[in-house]
Amino acid sequence: MSYMDKSIEEIHEALKKGLVTSEELVKESLEKSHFVQDKCNAFVTILDEAKGTEVTDSLLSGIPYGVKDNYSTKGVLSTGSSNTLKDYVPFFSATAIDNLSKAGAVMVNKTVLDEFGMGGTGTTGHTGVVTNPWDHTRMCAGSSAGSAAAVAAGVYPYATGSDTGDSIRKPAAYCGIVGYKPTYGMISRYGLFPFASSLDHCGVLTRSVRDAAIVTDAMKGIDKNDMTSWDSKNVHLLDSLDGKVSSKKLCYIKEICDIKNYPNASDELKRHLENFMKTIDLCKSLGMEVDEVSVDETLLKASPATYVVISCAEATSNMSNLTGFIFGPRASGDKWDEEMKNYRTKGFSPLIKRRFVIGSYVLQAQNKDRYFHNAQRVRRLLVDEWKKLFEKYDAVILPVGSGPAKKLEGSKDALDKNTAILEDHLQIGNFGGFPSITIPNGFIDGLPVGVNITGNCYEDEKVLNIAYALEGAMDYKGQICKEVR
Amino acid sequence: MNYKVMIGLEMHCEISKTKTKVFSSAKNSFSETPNCNVRPVDMAFPGTLPVVNKEAVKMALMASMILGCTQPEYLYFERKNYYYPDLPKGFQITQETKPAPVGSYGKLTYECKGEKKTVRINNLHLEEDAASSDHYTSCSRINYNRAGVPLLELVTEPDFHSADEAVAFLEEMRSIYQYAGISEADSKKGQVRCDVNVSIMDKNLDDSDPNNWGTKVEIKNVNSFSGVRDAINYEIQRQIDLKEDGKYDEMPQQTRRWDEESASTIFMRGKVDAIDYKYFVEPNIPKFKISKEWLEEIRKSIPMLAHERKDMYMKEYGISEYDASILVKEKPVADFFEETLNLGANPKSASNWITTNLLGNLNKMEITIEESKLTPSHLAELIKMVEDGEISSQQAKGVFTESLESGKSPKKIASEKGLKQITDTSEIEKIVNEVLDENPDIIEQYKNGKVAMVNYLVGQVMKKTHGTANPSLARDVMAKEIEKR
Repeated sequence: MSYMDKSIEEIHEALKKGLVTSEELVKESLEKSHFVQDKCNAFVTILDEAKGTEVTDSLLSGIPYGVKDNYSTKGVLSTGSSNTLKDYVPFFSATAIDNLSKAGAVMVNKTVLDEFGMGGTGTTGHTGVVTNPWDHTRMCAGSSAGSAAAVAAGVYPYATGSDTGDSIRKPAAYCGIVGYKPTYGMISRYGLFPFASSLDHCGVLTRSVRDAAIVTDAMKGIDKNDMTSWDSKNVHLLDSLDGKVSSKKLCYIKEICDIKNYPNASDELKRHLENFMKTIDLCKSLGMEVDEVSVDETLLKASPATYVVISCAEATSNMSNLTGFIFGPRASGDKWDEEMKNYRTKGFSPLIKRRFVIGSYVLQAQNKDRYFHNAQRVRRLLVDEWKKLFEKYDAVILPVGSGPAKKLEGSKDALDKNTAILEDHLQIGNFGGFPSITIPNGFIDGLPVGVNITGNCYEDEKVLNIAYALEGAMDYKGQICKEVR
Repeated sequence: MNYKVMIGLEMHCEISKTKTKVFSSAKNSFSETPNCNVRPVDMAFPGTLPVVNKEAVKMALMASMILGCTQPEYLYFERKNYYYPDLPKGFQITQETKPAPVGSYGKLTYECKGEKKTVRINNLHLEEDAASSDHYTSCSRINYNRAGVPLLELVTEPDFHSADEAVAFLEEMRSIYQYAGISEADSKKGQVRCDVNVSIMDKNLDDSDPNNWGTKVEIKNVNSFSGVRDAINYEIQRQIDLKEDGKYDEMPQQTRRWDEESASTIFMRGKVDAIDYKYFVEPNIPKFKISKEWLEEIRKSIPMLAHERKDMYMKEYGISEYDASILVKEKPVADFFEETLNLGANPKSASNWITTNLLGNLNKMEITIEESKLTPSHLAELIKMVEDGEISSQQAKGVFTESLESGKSPKKIASEKGLKQITDTSEIEKIVNEVLDENPDIIEQYKNGKVAMVNYLVGQVMKKTHGTANPSLARDVMAKEIEKR
């Protein structure tokens, strides 16, 4: 009998009934961790010494979970999947992790990410490439690659993630699971290694919308250590899930979803968009009203560049604390600046260094207005555009990516101009801090694909409820990966 | 001198009166023990976030008001990015002029050698201090106690024309910071540091036209007021020498540093090597609305400053301008004075004791008034004892000295020494007659018209009683008794 492939509520019930103990769950989860580690290389650390906890009325008590390795965990190696922190053991935990511990949750492993979250492939962590549990020749996407792989493979019902551009919501789609980032500031970022502070969100990867609601209810809350956090004590995500969506209005954007925008569309892309339109029909059959709307294509196309400029600028500054003096493996050198240079040159991967160069360039006095300030203006315009949609619609529904998980071989973290907007529109959720959730909505050649629902700030309950209703009308809730390759 | 001098100041003063640091919950207090006031954020551990100290903002706004500056509608902070071992984050959280800092465009009147002068303030901003480092031959040590201590940086227009004016202004600012309860402004604790801009121009040119201004030389890190004076005077002379040698026009705009040991300024970098700090708004601190009500509350809470107290001492207590100036020169002295008055002491007596006895003695003992063992209540008690005729003024001086040395109360000292004043007429009559009996020749001289000889006789009475006779009573009795002879 296995439990780690079940929902949180099912496991909780089994614990309560005494059908299984927390200790046994931890053992099962650790065994599966090692199995998935061999197959997918999903973990930086597996906590073989993890102990079960007391089972209480808290739904998460006694149940194992995974933590993305860019969360600070007290006494447990926290690397951000970077050589610059390969030996860093923090003496404090992130607020979100403390909150989960208080709920009785049991951390069993730390999951691999793209170095400091700065990638979308799951291939740039210092421990190597994470492969997709459905097809090991494919990527999980990133950066929350290890968390997505582990949840999809049934290591535990949930793992934490972080999302700066789509780092929860893209891997969720590629792995056939649920990925949710709540409104900016609902979950404290204290203890999350920063990538781009104005875009970074904590969030969760699960196999159902209910589980996403349960875990987020436990992680969230105002935090005196994070000034951008807000008081959400009146938000009860799980309690608000009633599946009643008949009066809800959704929209999708023609410039993103219409196959005619992609003259050289692959077969995969065509099937992906067809599948998306089936999901739209399903929404309508649930009583929701769904409109096709139009958004200025030039503005949409400016999104990826805007993201690169803002995220790289903030990242360059955020990661200036990595010098090897206070933490991290100190480098040698005759003088302090030489030590620092050696540490950073050796420690960071080329991809990150490229981003630092971009970040520095766009912030230089002579470039700042042209790049950084313009990017902020475009960010504002895009957010305003989405806010305008939210005046009329409860949420925007869009396909995630241009199809199922991409092949590892030949993959580059570079933009394909033709489908750039399809791949990158989730960034707008980060620009605006909007609540945004991806759920699986079908398969292409045995590989999962996903759909995303994004709503206005502070309307997490509404967004989750729409996703919950839609999930209920499809067959992918709680699915565990079926290895095809 | 054939030249006009233009001097501008950047004065950095630590806010020493908040409980905690400006973006950290670590204690804000000067300590001899290194690295004892440190929280994770002060060392930039990954995932830590700044949290604004409202008390520091309040004090900064108060300083802004005192300087006649405009306060911003919203509070923003910015990152100033550069690498240095004493800057753990790799950036300093500070404010720039856009968005507006805590204070913009004010002016302040100060006094230099009895003359009123006005300086324009360009801006006042709130920022965090860096850590401090000690350099040894083989290593450097970093002390993070100072990292994150709130710092007010004040930038003046180049309105000073001599070192005296610049120093007089700094002294005025120090007094303001002390009286407003913002900072001890103690250079010995490294709380005040200055950068100085100096340029010279031909005397006959119009200094309101920037085209006529000389080349600006900035001198960094001048850490005492005497250093400011010396650095300015050195730099003026250096520039004059260049003019006289015809080499002034070749001098590039530059940054120099003040070297205390050689008492000279040393070239650091030219304008082309100026650092690009890549400023951008700190994303972890949401913009904060500064309400009119809060500003009003702060304005009402501004304590009485030195000049206001001085006016009050002159008008209400009839103290001379000279003495009042001495009393308000250091806030702790004015506080000592006022506390003595609050305990019921006569203002003039208290002022006399403090200005003529206490300050001189403290100076000799090389301690501050806060370290004095003689307290305001001791002084008030002593004044009362003299007023009530319990002891003579002569005796009071001895009691004062002993109280200052031992910290014993004047009453206790007087009783231990058996000090009291002879106010009993019959007892004084007895001593007066003894003196008269011993000095028949003096009586003779008196009778022959040398009336002043009575003073000698009264002196003899005082001597016989070791100064315990009430002097005016002794005089009256003597006048009466001598007539009887």
